[in-house]
Amino acid sequence: MAQLTCKNLTLGYDNRAIQEDLNFSIDAGDYLCIVGENGSGKSTLMKTLLHLQPPISGSIELGDGLKKNEIGYLPQQTLVQRDFPASVREIVLSGCQSRCGLRPFYNKEEKMVAQKAMEKMMIQDLADQCYRELSGGQQQRVLLARALCAAQKILLLDEPVSGLDPRVTAEMYQLIKDLNKKDGITIIMISHDVAAAVKYATHILHIGEHCFFGTKKQYLQSSLGKAFTGQEGEDE
Amino acid sequence: MFETLHMYFQYPFVRYALIVGVLIALCSSLLGVTLVLKRFSFIGDGLSHVAFGAMAIASVLNITNNMLFILPVTVVCAIFLLRAGQNTRIKGDAAIAMISVGALAIGYLLMNLFSTSPNISGDVCSTLFGSTSILTLTKGEVWLCAILSVVVVAIFILFYNKIFAVTFDENFARAAGTRANAYNLLIAVVIAVIIVLAMNLVGSLLISALVIFPALSAMRLFKSFRSVTVSAAVMSVLSATAGILISILAGTPVGSTIVAVDIAVFLVSYGIGRITGR
Repeated sequence: MAQLTCKNLTLGYDNRAIQEDLNFSIDAGDYLCIVGENGSGKSTLMKTLLHLQPPISGSIELGDGLKKNEIGYLPQQTLVQRDFPASVREIVLSGCQSRCGLRPFYNKEEKMVAQKAMEKMMIQDLADQCYRELSGGQQQRVLLARALCAAQKILLLDEPVSGLDPRVTAEMYQLIKDLNKKDGITIIMISHDVAAAVKYATHILHIGEHCFFGTKKQYLQSSLGKAFTGQEGEDE
Repeated sequence: MFETLHMYFQYPFVRYALIVGVLIALCSSLLGVTLVLKRFSFIGDGLSHVAFGAMAIASVLNITNNMLFILPVTVVCAIFLLRAGQNTRIKGDAAIAMISVGALAIGYLLMNLFSTSPNISGDVCSTLFGSTSILTLTKGEVWLCAILSVVVVAIFILFYNKIFAVTFDENFARAAGTRANAYNLLIAVVIAVIIVLAMNLVGSLLISALVIFPALSAMRLFKSFRSVTVSAAVMSVLSATAGILISILAGTPVGSTIVAVDIAVFLVSYGIGRITGR
């Protein structure tokens, strides 16, 4: 059974549809890249999948024992965070928030989860450092570790490499690939970078005026995929 | 100097002033970090004006314990301002400016029209700048203040981790199932309580200083959320104590003296932060 299925999903704000009639589904262990032009509704789709805003119509069904709050989220950095005095450990631990429920403090088990997540992201040495003094790539690792604390099965990444230099970008992609391959975590990633999407993903969802959903292979053979990857090729 | 202080501390109202001052300073500094980081400072400022308007109405209506009137009014306005701030369609900041300036004007107007007191400008001045009110607190007001302070501190400690999560990344917290709106509401209500409390100490125009300065000073020096919060509380309590003692000895207005000490602490922290390159 699919982990996440969207049926006839129409997205938008205030009843103004941005994207109509989306249909796609994701199985456990898939690596889905969502590509499309600016303003095509990628971020809106992400917010809808996270239940941050309701869809105009259609449904999002979770399967495979996945619960609503078990989706890990790597948001784009906000302005607030750039000036935020918090240690890496505090931020990673805040990913365990949903496990606490109404209990006010974190228990030992949650601290262990945070520690493991930091080790996985290779940031345990930075645990007591201040978040705002880290490099862009390190900050992304911190937020990824936090997302891992919140969810074990599926991660939603919103432009995880924006603003990173090429070397760090490659490291970040490798890290995400390892999470997908070694830990079997389902990845849903929004990306501008069609070349990287085609390189790493197993499935592509292209949204915009023309929509496409299918495996990477199908995408590369479709006219839409050819047009987009062709453009990318010329740029390089 | 110590003899003078000793002499003053024979009077119960001086002791009350110190107790209340320390409690208020503690409470106001706790949420300062959150307010500064969430760009909520404007709500604090707007609410202090609302509290002034409410106080004017209370004194016109001759309500004996005006705290009991001001508190609910300010809490309701806090909830409203938070909603307005989140709703971009009706221009949140304009709504806040409207309410706060309106409350200020109406408050002054009411005081002028209906006041029974012979010295209106003196009353207004002490409400705005808290010149003498802290020295005229009754025992009941001290108790009310103490109880509310304990409640505020308890709420802050119990919800510390949630406040952190909501402050650092509201969308993430919401996606993980934390009820961010409920906590925003909690923060707004606690701010309202703090502002009403702090009005006794520094007057309604200077409250924001009490909330924001310790947080800003602490943020220059410390790196983790916990150390920033703790040091902001310590700095705020020490500054308030120093300010009250100085004002007793030098005969200066309590509120503005405390704020002056806070500013001095901020400048020193800024300097240290610059030198150590943090």
